[in-house]
Amino acid sequence: MKNNVLYGISGIFNTPDEIMGASKATVKEGYKKFDTHTPYPVHGLEKAMNLKRSPLGYFAFFLGTTGLVVALLFMYWTMVVDYPMNIGGKPQFPLPAFIPVTFEVTVLLASVGTVSGMIVLLFKFPNNRHPLHDTEYMTKVSSDKYGLIIEADDEKFDEESARAFLEKLGAVDIQNIYYDEEEFSYKHKVLDPKFVGGLAMIAIVTSGATYFVLNKLLWMEPFTWMQYQPRYSAMAPTDFFDDGFSMRVPVEGTVARGFKPYAYAKMPDSAAKYMVNPLQPTERNLNVGERKYNIYCSPCHDYQGSGQARLNGQFPNPPSLHSAKVRDWEDGSIYHVITDGQNTMPSYASQLSVEERWQVVLYVRALQRALNAKEEDLQ
Amino acid sequence: MSAENYVLYEKKKLPAKLGLIGWGLLIVGIVLMAVAYLVTPERALFDNIFALMALMSLGFGTLFLIALEHIVGSDWSVPFRRIAEILAAVLFAGPILAIPLWLNFDQIFIWTNEAVMDADKYIAGKAPYLNEPFFWARSLAVFLLMFLFYWLITKASFKLDKKGLSIGAWKLNPAFSALFMPVFAITITVFAIDWVMTLSPKWFSTIFGVYYFAGSVLMALAVMTIFSINLQEKGYISKYITQDHYYNFGALMFAFVNFWAYIAFSQFLLIWYANIPDEVMWYQTRMDGGWEFVSLGLIFIKFGIPYMLLVTRPSKSDPFRLKLIAAWIIFAHLYDLYWMILPEFTKIYGIEGPVFGWQELAVPILIAGFTIVVFSIVGKNKNLMPVNDPKFVKGLEFHL
Repeated sequence: MKNNVLYGISGIFNTPDEIMGASKATVKEGYKKFDTHTPYPVHGLEKAMNLKRSPLGYFAFFLGTTGLVVALLFMYWTMVVDYPMNIGGKPQFPLPAFIPVTFEVTVLLASVGTVSGMIVLLFKFPNNRHPLHDTEYMTKVSSDKYGLIIEADDEKFDEESARAFLEKLGAVDIQNIYYDEEEFSYKHKVLDPKFVGGLAMIAIVTSGATYFVLNKLLWMEPFTWMQYQPRYSAMAPTDFFDDGFSMRVPVEGTVARGFKPYAYAKMPDSAAKYMVNPLQPTERNLNVGERKYNIYCSPCHDYQGSGQARLNGQFPNPPSLHSAKVRDWEDGSIYHVITDGQNTMPSYASQLSVEERWQVVLYVRALQRALNAKEEDLQ
Repeated sequence: MSAENYVLYEKKKLPAKLGLIGWGLLIVGIVLMAVAYLVTPERALFDNIFALMALMSLGFGTLFLIALEHIVGSDWSVPFRRIAEILAAVLFAGPILAIPLWLNFDQIFIWTNEAVMDADKYIAGKAPYLNEPFFWARSLAVFLLMFLFYWLITKASFKLDKKGLSIGAWKLNPAFSALFMPVFAITITVFAIDWVMTLSPKWFSTIFGVYYFAGSVLMALAVMTIFSINLQEKGYISKYITQDHYYNFGALMFAFVNFWAYIAFSQFLLIWYANIPDEVMWYQTRMDGGWEFVSLGLIFIKFGIPYMLLVTRPSKSDPFRLKLIAAWIIFAHLYDLYWMILPEFTKIYGIEGPVFGWQELAVPILIAGFTIVVFSIVGKNKNLMPVNDPKFVKGLEFHL
């Protein structure tokens, strides 16, 4: 490793006009790698230095277009395809409503992307060192002087002739600028373990500290997920309504979604004649039927359907479900009894959905079959 | 650079050809318009409003730019101020275009009809504003205020040619301009509301004045760009005007293209989202029976295409490209006005779909004629640059 490598030769000028002329002369002389430093933007200098147009504009345009497309596709996916939502009767793909967000994302991606792209790609972040740092030259050109530096990398560079050239241009304070090769590396260091580790540490410390301060220290929840709301529990009393109930009776004539009135109310014969169980005795159907039976039917009918259940004596005992009469019933009759009730048994239509009633019917059939198995079941 | 060593501006008389072209266009436009009045009188009235709004937007826009320069004290625009001052005189042609409209008042505005007023209580509620005497008073007041401020803002500048700079009068420019701004904001809003919005009397949009203002400034900038570049190419104004000057025109046009799009979208989004019948009807007219293609075209013609044309830096400073873009923007503004005014004609007279014919073509010819004639008359004996302006040399020396 070499120390004190020559970076370039610098010269100081006193006026912006001089630096303009010097830039033009340097281009004319054939130097390609040189730079100028001024305390404020001198307009027209980029033309005098014969610089290429910056590609940053295309970069910004590309990023902006990306933001536009990504935002539109994202909203299209979430609101039209994946979980279609219709708000206010607008078209399924309400483009005007998406425009403000699209605009924001476009601007955000273009601006943030351009700035970070400039820092990473052009300034070689996180490498923040430059041979000109901490030089006398930099001190001068950042206050009131105009500097020009011819870099040693230039193919035409020769220490003697460059010095002579700067003298000819009328530069004062011509100096050689050296750097330490070990200290200055031109490699990108984005994936340097130290840098990545540092970023990760910052992320962990910041989020940890935020969590600790908000959740533990301040006893504040960052997201309450709407769990605290001014509302009444279903059974709580209220002063708001005259009758004191929080729960309201639905408006007269209200029916549930998908509700269909029972066609054979008070017509057990028709129910037996015309209704057929639409379900197959699959494992799932029988499992659901068993669960529902155990919840709603077993208190009176017993787990096996014998009629000698836990409510024995407190309630009139129902007849056994294993009687020949019930075994000969059509499925429709059992369904009818569940739906409409019979004698002291009330209707269970509000507890069991249509599908669940048929599942219970299947389970009752299975119970009956267990006590009075047929010949073929035993084989 | 100093005024003693260089000839910054040499006065050159405008060619007689310019006046001839102007009068030719004007006469063709007037004849077409007169024929339109004979053949299709109802449609001609709406085209007349179209022409009035287009011409006044040039006058409003240029006068605004002059006042803006005095208030903010900008340097780069000083060499072009005289062109704006001459162009702003088209304000005086406004009443000429308004006379036929005043004479046929009842046939344009349906709110003058008693039956319409009685049938709809919402329109009837607007009677204190929408009545003939007040309408007359308002449009007269708008014209007179504009004439007054045109005189106040430009008199010191025009005096520079003959009498040179008088500091006392010059110092009043920012004061008059500052006074002009609120008056301008109210008059342009009232003007846009009276002549365009009340064509559909039930509808209202509070942003409508700003919408017309955005288009007006675009129009003024585009016309000034075309005049400046052509005059410089032919040597009528200083050769020291550089691409850096023109870059400002490009950048301002770019800014106002975006501003217009912002305002237009703001107006549309709120109305579309709220979906209230009284508000949405105006857009409904423009989204039915063929007008929807004109409406879609507006997005691209007045925003998409100018945006893409102006977004790069070279196209903002290259005079040739800028001239073409400015011509496009003038077309786009006329298209916008057409889209604002003509759908009401088809709605009132029950015509299906958009109408476009020689009657509408008369409008650009007419306003081009008016603009060139006014320019050749007013600019005849005047310098085309404010030579004795204290900031004139500084303005010429402007660079980015």
